[in-house]
Amino acid sequence: MRHIISILIENEAGALSRVSGLFSARAFNIESLTVAPTEDASLSRMTIVSTGSDDVIEQITKQLNKLIDVVKVVDLSEAAHIERELMLVKVRAAGKDREEMKRIADIFRGRIIDVTDSTYVIELTGNGSKLDAFLEAIDRSLILETVRTGVSGIGRGDRILKV
Amino acid sequence: MQLTGAEIVIRCLQEEKVEYVFGYPGGSVLYIYDELFKQDKFKHVLVRHEQAAVHAADAYSRSSNKIGVCMVTSGPGVTNAVTGIATAHMDSVPLVIISGQVPTAYIGQDAFQECDTVGITRPCVKHNFLVKDVRDLAITLKKAFYIAKTGRPGPVLVDIPKDITNQKCEFEYPKTIAMRSYNPVVKGHSGQIKKAVQMLLEARRPMIYAGGGVVLSDAAERLVKLARTLGYPVTNTLMGLGGYPATDKQWLGMLGMHGTYEANMAMQNCDVLIAVGARFDDRVIGNPTHFAEVSRKIIHIDIDPSSISKRVKVDVPIVGNLPDVLDELQKLLEASAGVPDPKALAAWWKQIDEWRAKKSLKYKQGKEIIMPQYVVEKLYEVTGGEAFITSDVGQHQMWAAQYYKFDKPRRWINSGGLGTMGVGLPYAMGVRFANPKATVACVTGEASIQMNIQELSTAKQFRLPIKIINLNNRYLGMVRQWQQMFHGNRYAESYVDALPDFVKLAESYGHVGMKIERPADVEPALREAFTKHKNDLVFMDFLTDQTANVYPMVAAGKGLSEMILAEEL
Repeated sequence: MRHIISILIENEAGALSRVSGLFSARAFNIESLTVAPTEDASLSRMTIVSTGSDDVIEQITKQLNKLIDVVKVVDLSEAAHIERELMLVKVRAAGKDREEMKRIADIFRGRIIDVTDSTYVIELTGNGSKLDAFLEAIDRSLILETVRTGVSGIGRGDRILKV
Repeated sequence: MQLTGAEIVIRCLQEEKVEYVFGYPGGSVLYIYDELFKQDKFKHVLVRHEQAAVHAADAYSRSSNKIGVCMVTSGPGVTNAVTGIATAHMDSVPLVIISGQVPTAYIGQDAFQECDTVGITRPCVKHNFLVKDVRDLAITLKKAFYIAKTGRPGPVLVDIPKDITNQKCEFEYPKTIAMRSYNPVVKGHSGQIKKAVQMLLEARRPMIYAGGGVVLSDAAERLVKLARTLGYPVTNTLMGLGGYPATDKQWLGMLGMHGTYEANMAMQNCDVLIAVGARFDDRVIGNPTHFAEVSRKIIHIDIDPSSISKRVKVDVPIVGNLPDVLDELQKLLEASAGVPDPKALAAWWKQIDEWRAKKSLKYKQGKEIIMPQYVVEKLYEVTGGEAFITSDVGQHQMWAAQYYKFDKPRRWINSGGLGTMGVGLPYAMGVRFANPKATVACVTGEASIQMNIQELSTAKQFRLPIKIINLNNRYLGMVRQWQQMFHGNRYAESYVDALPDFVKLAESYGHVGMKIERPADVEPALREAFTKHKNDLVFMDFLTDQTANVYPMVAAGKGLSEMILAEEL
C-alpha cells in the first residue's frame, strides 16, 4: 500500500540525512521525499511517500518517532487528505506542435512560464497521476526535460499537523 | 564566568558526577586534555586503543547503571571507537562519547585526521551532535547525558571542533532540560495493563520471557515478585541473565539458539507469553514463521514502541518504563480476585519437568582432555557465584552463559546484539572500575582475547586483578562448529595457528600466567588464581577439547522446538 507520511522535524543540520539514513538502513522504500522549513523556521516539514505492508508502515512511523529530532509523525493517507506535486516540463514547441502543446497544457491547467522560438516550459501541479497523464498525453519525442518535486501533502478539514 | 570550551567540557563532566573518563588523547582534543590535567574530580583511564575505551565505558555502565563516558580524538580516534559505539548501541547501553573534530574552518577540507564523525556514527548512536558554537556546548552536553539515560538508553556522541574548545563564553550548566521532540514514555497504559492481568490469570500454559530490559532498567526485583506471585516459569535471554535468579526453581534457563530444551519447548508451547524488556530477536525465537505456527496470546512490555510487533505480532502491547509498568501490574494482580487455574498450572509444570528431565546441558568430562563447560562450572563453584563475568564472543560466551548461574543482575557482561569479539578484557576493566572490590573474570577464547590483547598494558597500569579464563581450543570454535554442522567439515580459516605462549605474554606485561592442560588441575588452578593471586591479573590458559560443540542448538532459520541436542549426535 502507498502511504504519505508527514513529519515535523527540528530544522537542524543533518536532519534530512537522519531520516534518509533510517530508510536505507532498515531497507524501507522511499518513492519521494520533500523537505522545506515551515512558517516556524525552527521546524522543517517532510513528506515521504512510501509503499509497504501495514506492518512495514507501522515500523516506519515508529522508527521515525524514535529519531530524537522528530517532533511529530502523521500518516496522512490514514484519512482524508490532499496531495500535490509540482512538475516543470521543457518541451519542443515549434511549427504545428506549438499550438497543440499549448492546447494540451490548457486542458491540464498547466501554465507556460518560459517561451523561446522552439521551446516551452510548462508548469503543472496536481497529484502524481495527473502529472503522469499529462506526460502520456503529449508526444513523448517532444519532451526535452522534466523535473518533479515529489509529493507534498496536507490533511483535509480539522486535521492539523502542528506543534 | 567566562570559560573556554575545554573548561566547559570538564565542568559539565564534573556536574554530571562522572567518576571515570575512558579515552585516548590526540591533536583535536588537546585543549580538553590540558584542562583534564588541571583537575582531580574525575579520573582518566588511558587505554591502548580507542575501541577498548568505549568497551570499558560500556561495561562500566552495564555493571553500575551509571553513564559511561569516553573521549577520543578526531579521525582514526573516532573510527577506532565505532565498533565500541555500535556494540553499546545494539545492547542499549547509555554512553556519552566526546570526540574531537578538526577546527570549524577546516571541516570538509579533507584536513589531517578529519572524518565525518556525525555521518559515520549516525546509524550506531541513539543521537549525535556537532557543536558549532561554544555557547551551545554546555546545553549540548546536558542533552547528551539526558538522552543517553532516558527512554531506551543508548550511546550519544558529541563532536567538538578544536577551535570551539579554545573559545570563551559564559558558563552555566542547565539544571533541567526540556525537548519538544523527545519525551520518553514512563507510565504504561492502564487499560492495557488491566488486559494483561486478565490474560495472565486466564493462562493455562503461561511463560515469562525476560530480556535485557529488566537488567537495564533495574527491574529484576519486581520481576521476581511478579513471577513468585503467579508461580509461572521464567526464561531469560542472553542479555537478561541475572534478571531472574538462575538458582530459582521457577527458572528454566536461557532460551534461544543455545537455550535449554525446557526453555525453548515452553516458549514454543505456552498459551500466554509475557515478554518483559525483550525483543524476540532472531537468536531468541529462531524462525518467526515457525514460532507463529503455535497460537498463543502475547503481552509485550517495552520502553521502545518500535520493538513491539517488529518480528512477532502481539496481542497486548504495553509501552512504558519497566519498573513503573511492573509495579502497576503487580498492584492490579494483587487486588484481583482471580487466581490462575491451579490444575492447569500443575499440569504445565509437570510437562516442563519432563522437558527438564532431558538434561540438555549435560556433557562428559573424562580424565584426559579438559571440557570447556567443566571450566565454567568450576569457575562458578570457586567464585561462589559471586563474580562479575565478562565474555567475548563465540562458543566460550555460550558456555559461560549456560553454566555460570547468575543470581543477580549486572553480573553478566557480554556483547549480545552486535556480537563483538574483543570486548571481554576491556569489559572486565570497566566492571572493575565501577566495582573496585569485585571479583571479575573474563571468560574468553584464544581468538577473541587477541582482538584487544593490548589492554593487558592498561590493566597493569591500573593494577586491575582480572582473572582471564582463556578456553583455548586452537580454533575459532563457533565458526568451526557451524562449518562442521552446515559446511561439510570444511574448516575454512577457522584454525588458529601460531598462537603466542600466553603465559609468557602475560608475564611480559607484568601479570601472572598459568597453563592448565589436565582436568584434574582445573579446580586447583582456579583456587590458586582466586586466592593466592587475588590481587594479580592472572591469565589462565586452559587447553580444552578442540571438538566440543555448544548444545542445544537451534540452527539459523529453524524453529525453537527443532533443537539439536548433544545426545542425538
